[in-house]
Amino acid sequence: MSRLSQALLGAVLVFLYMPIVVMVVMAFNRSALYELPIEWDTVWFQALAGNERLLTASMNSILIALANTVIATVLGTMAALAFARFRFRGRNLMRLLLLPTITIPWLIIGTAMLVLFFWIGIGRGLHAILLGHVALSIPYVVIVVGARLAGFGPALEEAAASLGASPWQTFVRVSFPVIAPGVVAAALFAFAVSFDQFVISYFLSPPGVSTLPVEIYAAIRKGFTPEVNAISAIIILVSMGLMLAFARLYRFGGERGS
Amino acid sequence: MSRVEARAVRKAYGAVKALDGVSLTFEDGSFSALLGPSGSGKTTLLRAFAGFVTLDSGTIAIDGKLVNDVPPHRRDLGMVFQNYALFPHMTVAENIAFGLSVRGAARAAIAERVEAMLRLVRLEGFGARKPRQLSGGQQQRVALARALVTRPRVLLLDEPLGALDRRLRQEMQIELKQIQREVGITAIFVTHDQEEALTLADRVAVINEGRLVQVGMPGEVYERPATRFVAGFLGDANLFEGRVAGGRVAVGGGAIATEDALPTEGAPAILAVRPEKVVLAADAAGLDADLVNRLEGRIVQAVYAGSAITYIVEAGDRRLIVFEQNRAAAPLGPDTAVIAAFAPRHAVLVQP
Repeated sequence: MSRLSQALLGAVLVFLYMPIVVMVVMAFNRSALYELPIEWDTVWFQALAGNERLLTASMNSILIALANTVIATVLGTMAALAFARFRFRGRNLMRLLLLPTITIPWLIIGTAMLVLFFWIGIGRGLHAILLGHVALSIPYVVIVVGARLAGFGPALEEAAASLGASPWQTFVRVSFPVIAPGVVAAALFAFAVSFDQFVISYFLSPPGVSTLPVEIYAAIRKGFTPEVNAISAIIILVSMGLMLAFARLYRFGGERGS
Repeated sequence: MSRVEARAVRKAYGAVKALDGVSLTFEDGSFSALLGPSGSGKTTLLRAFAGFVTLDSGTIAIDGKLVNDVPPHRRDLGMVFQNYALFPHMTVAENIAFGLSVRGAARAAIAERVEAMLRLVRLEGFGARKPRQLSGGQQQRVALARALVTRPRVLLLDEPLGALDRRLRQEMQIELKQIQREVGITAIFVTHDQEEALTLADRVAVINEGRLVQVGMPGEVYERPATRFVAGFLGDANLFEGRVAGGRVAVGGGAIATEDALPTEGAPAILAVRPEKVVLAADAAGLDADLVNRLEGRIVQAVYAGSAITYIVEAGDRRLIVFEQNRAAAPLGPDTAVIAAFAPRHAVLVQP
């Protein structure tokens, strides 16, 4: 690699991580006004422990993200399998219709969901937020798992069938293990889509109920408190840990015969 | 060991007739080739035996029992796929054990059988490896062991040696034939390689455009091609198209004698002559008396291929292809005047 491209890459990484580093460092600064020099302290983490609203919102976010991950990954994987392995009426149209939901601005989808959920009586609340997140996550799962499925074709499944494996045995012992890394990647995607989601959560949360992004937004509007830095620091560490774990896992599972 | 029968099998994909009424029987313990160009329907037929293709009409029977509605996993057939389709997440031993373990066989019995299969395909000690750590030839052997481990009734092979290089392919041909004999299984393989079909199979079925064109022992199919297509697809052929005249076939520049029964006087007829049956000589004096079909010409091109030489001979407005063993002190050079001669028994009447 030339020195120039090395320098460029370094600059990009600095640009990417600088705000995050500042936020994490400030989480440990005693001053609420970002004063320098830094006085190292964990006072904001202690404050966070007593901040019911922020903790409840975090718990809501985590629960919704987990539920969303399970539901969207299962449904999306099933859809991806159907698209990849079966020929049925409207298959191409249905696959095409999955894509726009990724490109349509969330603000518009959020408004549309709010209107629809009112009409049909679903209303607002954690259940509505979960529903919205699942709808939003499925296309990502279908695409990620579909890419993995496209990589190995039906030959392995036919081989399993020719060896006497029932369709269920074929799925459990061949198809799923082979696409597992794709499914794990898709699950992480689904988790991130839900955990990051602000607009739809904001639209679908009734007063008194909120998720972490909605609560952080409210906190910033009301007057910034460094507890937000503290909780953000925790989330950053956890999500980076997850990402690294996944990177290891994916390389491990991603090895394939030539 | 089993007998496989296809009766009037048809399958269309849209307007394309992949199988257009094929009837064919594979005898117990035979090793047969389905030979044809790509798109001829040979692979569709093999996949129909395996149960991966649902027929439009016709029947497939194994040991006299209709299997049209039996799903692939209940047909009890072994199959070797074109790119082996080894399970990448399993070791070699796990791959081979798969067919036994889905049937719920006991651990000890599986281990013993897997060892025996590894010995059969000469891969002892490779059980713990992953497929990607093996060479193409080794992967091929694992695929074969995996397909044979359950003692299936029939072994199906889809272009089994297509992904291997030439030398390895020749080695594997010998090995495959040996294993087939050893196990005594009815085997059917698909290939587009005529040499492979002739070397490996004891019966060759030539398929073109969804139809069975000719079936027979390799020698029969090669020496007595039934149609112009078979003559040209299985090896090379010099074709003489003309009309029947006085017990011979009149072509531009003469009449060709044959021992085959010809159609009525004046009817069109095509004779095929294999290139190695044609003898080249400088003058008529050196030619055997039975080589009564003689064409005067000159050499246009001599292609040197080590053990043999391919000559292109121009005789009138016709070009002949001639194979000769590399026995002469020096190959004949271009522009040499020659007489190309062949016996009537080597001029085979073929259908258009």
